[in-house]
Amino acid sequence: MGYVAVKGGTRAIEESIKRLKFERVKKGTVLDVHKIETGMRGLIDQVMSESSLFSEILAAIAIKQAEGNPEEAVFLLRAYRSTLSRKHYSRTISSEDMLTERRISASFKDIPGGQILGATTDYTHRLLDFGLMMESEEEALQWLEGFEEENGQQENVTDLAKLPKVLDYLRKEGLMPECSDDDREPDDVTKKSLEFPSTRSQRLQILTRGQTGALTSLAYAVIRGYGALHPTVGELRVGSLPVCIDNPFNQYNDEDDSYYIGEIKATETEMLIPVTVEKERGKKEIKFEIGYGICLGQNETKAIAMGILDHALQTGNKEYPTGDEEFVLYHIDSVESTGFISHLKMPHYVTFQSKLDSVRKTKKQEAESKEESSLCK
Amino acid sequence: MQIDYNYAFFDEGSKREIRRATLKAIAIPGYQVPFASREMPIGRGWGTGGLQLTLSLVGKDDVVKVIDQGSDESVNAVNIKKLIEKTTGISTTDETSEATIIQSRHRIPEVPLKDGQIMVLQVPLPEPLRFYEPSEFETKKLHAEKEYSGAWLMLFEQIMKYGNLATDADHPVMVDDRYVMAPSPIPRFDNSKMNYSEALILLGAGREKKIYAVPPYTKVVSLAFDDYPFEVESFEDNHCKQCGAAGVFMDEIYDDETETTYFQCNDTSYCVARLNHQTV
Repeated sequence: MGYVAVKGGTRAIEESIKRLKFERVKKGTVLDVHKIETGMRGLIDQVMSESSLFSEILAAIAIKQAEGNPEEAVFLLRAYRSTLSRKHYSRTISSEDMLTERRISASFKDIPGGQILGATTDYTHRLLDFGLMMESEEEALQWLEGFEEENGQQENVTDLAKLPKVLDYLRKEGLMPECSDDDREPDDVTKKSLEFPSTRSQRLQILTRGQTGALTSLAYAVIRGYGALHPTVGELRVGSLPVCIDNPFNQYNDEDDSYYIGEIKATETEMLIPVTVEKERGKKEIKFEIGYGICLGQNETKAIAMGILDHALQTGNKEYPTGDEEFVLYHIDSVESTGFISHLKMPHYVTFQSKLDSVRKTKKQEAESKEESSLCK
Repeated sequence: MQIDYNYAFFDEGSKREIRRATLKAIAIPGYQVPFASREMPIGRGWGTGGLQLTLSLVGKDDVVKVIDQGSDESVNAVNIKKLIEKTTGISTTDETSEATIIQSRHRIPEVPLKDGQIMVLQVPLPEPLRFYEPSEFETKKLHAEKEYSGAWLMLFEQIMKYGNLATDADHPVMVDDRYVMAPSPIPRFDNSKMNYSEALILLGAGREKKIYAVPPYTKVVSLAFDDYPFEVESFEDNHCKQCGAAGVFMDEIYDDETETTYFQCNDTSYCVARLNHQTV
């Protein structure tokens, strides 16, 4: 007999939750939230980005509670986010004001302001570092001291808060058309559900909170074979963006009167995508279009994938699933996709009974008609 | 860091927004109203649409009943009930007649619903036309133009292929002669309970971000043809092994020991009530 007809669901749940806690603490150690916050930057950034909630400490609690399972941690944070009322909207943040930690361009070697490699795993050898097994905090502190000393001696000549954009340079050189600002009030997908055809602001929001793996896979499909284009990273930057809000008591909303409330770390990419445009008399010309990606934290693969998908959806070539906005936007949200997949674990006795009835009816009819036809012979 | 949640989990602004969508849904029977569905502390696809409706409506005087596939004690029903109790402090019941709000997954209770009760159904796929038209943009147009030939063709094709209407649960209905609606995966057996129901029926799809409704005393007709009428699941002459009831929706249960199949009421609270009545 199944677990639905049995009385005792309440107790079963209680015991199951105990079991879950047991799994988390059975080795007799407890993970320190502070240590998660400081040592699991990659996971924290991914979880914050997919949850669209910027708070390292809340992400750390979620990761602890989820035992490091990102889909579960994102779920926890999103559910918490639902209960928060929207008290303020920030002023428009311009990404030119990013305090840059890392900034690269794959299109030009020499970019104004220079390439800044920053912190990246890109050029590490992926050899498992067994030394980490024995790493001690004293060692780390000692290393830090040396690192700071070394860094203090270097003189920094570039203003990292005022780096020019690579694409501006391209525009100045006439290699890319100027594009005007779209200053329309953006839609908010958390306050009004998506409707089609979607607006760009809706698409960008859904993409930026999408599941990292889902975005990566779909963008990979675009550049591998379903759209077959090879985009170039015009610029990728990682750094902190200042967030300001208007003075709630001043309706004129002057910039001077606004309040700085903190900063958020983000990854931004501007992808250059070559497209062939037809000119008069069948002449063709190559031109660059932009795909834009931005997400919370340092999530470079995701930001690049977002840039590719932004362009794929902007072009909207329905020949490929990745050009179909409903196909992409409806299926990349972590909470939605994992929720619906996992709901299959719930009992479906009634629906299955109903299906069984249908199958039996069809079978019975089949048998009857066979009988009839054999009688005819 | 300790954080208390607001009454019924949501902030008041969110509740109001959900109620606005609900009012619109009641005003246009069978029409799917998009709403800004919130992420909930239970799984997306595990009843978040129904839960959002319940939490936006529940007041201090309400009594809530939650069932999952007919059972009050099913793990998911218990889980939802626990959340409602924890965030509101109100009481819950198993008795259908005592409840003011009944949240259910895939069943309408056997005890007839009354005026003043609200039936909240959890919906996985609110779009009845989705099987032949994957695009939301297109199905919205089809509804607006009352272009339902696809829905009829779908049933016609079943007759051609299988010799009869082969729908299982979630058999599409026509609401108030206007909108074709997915009644949620209730068995065909329950479809007729929607027709001129005394209680208000609300349907919530959390993941798909839609709310729709069947207001009290609204005509709801299951789609079928004159020569191939709509048929409910048949349990032939079987009676419930526990309470002896017939003419109700039943679970088919296989007994390993005697190696026989027997039937039992699917609506557990109905069955228990009958059993209690018999012993008195």
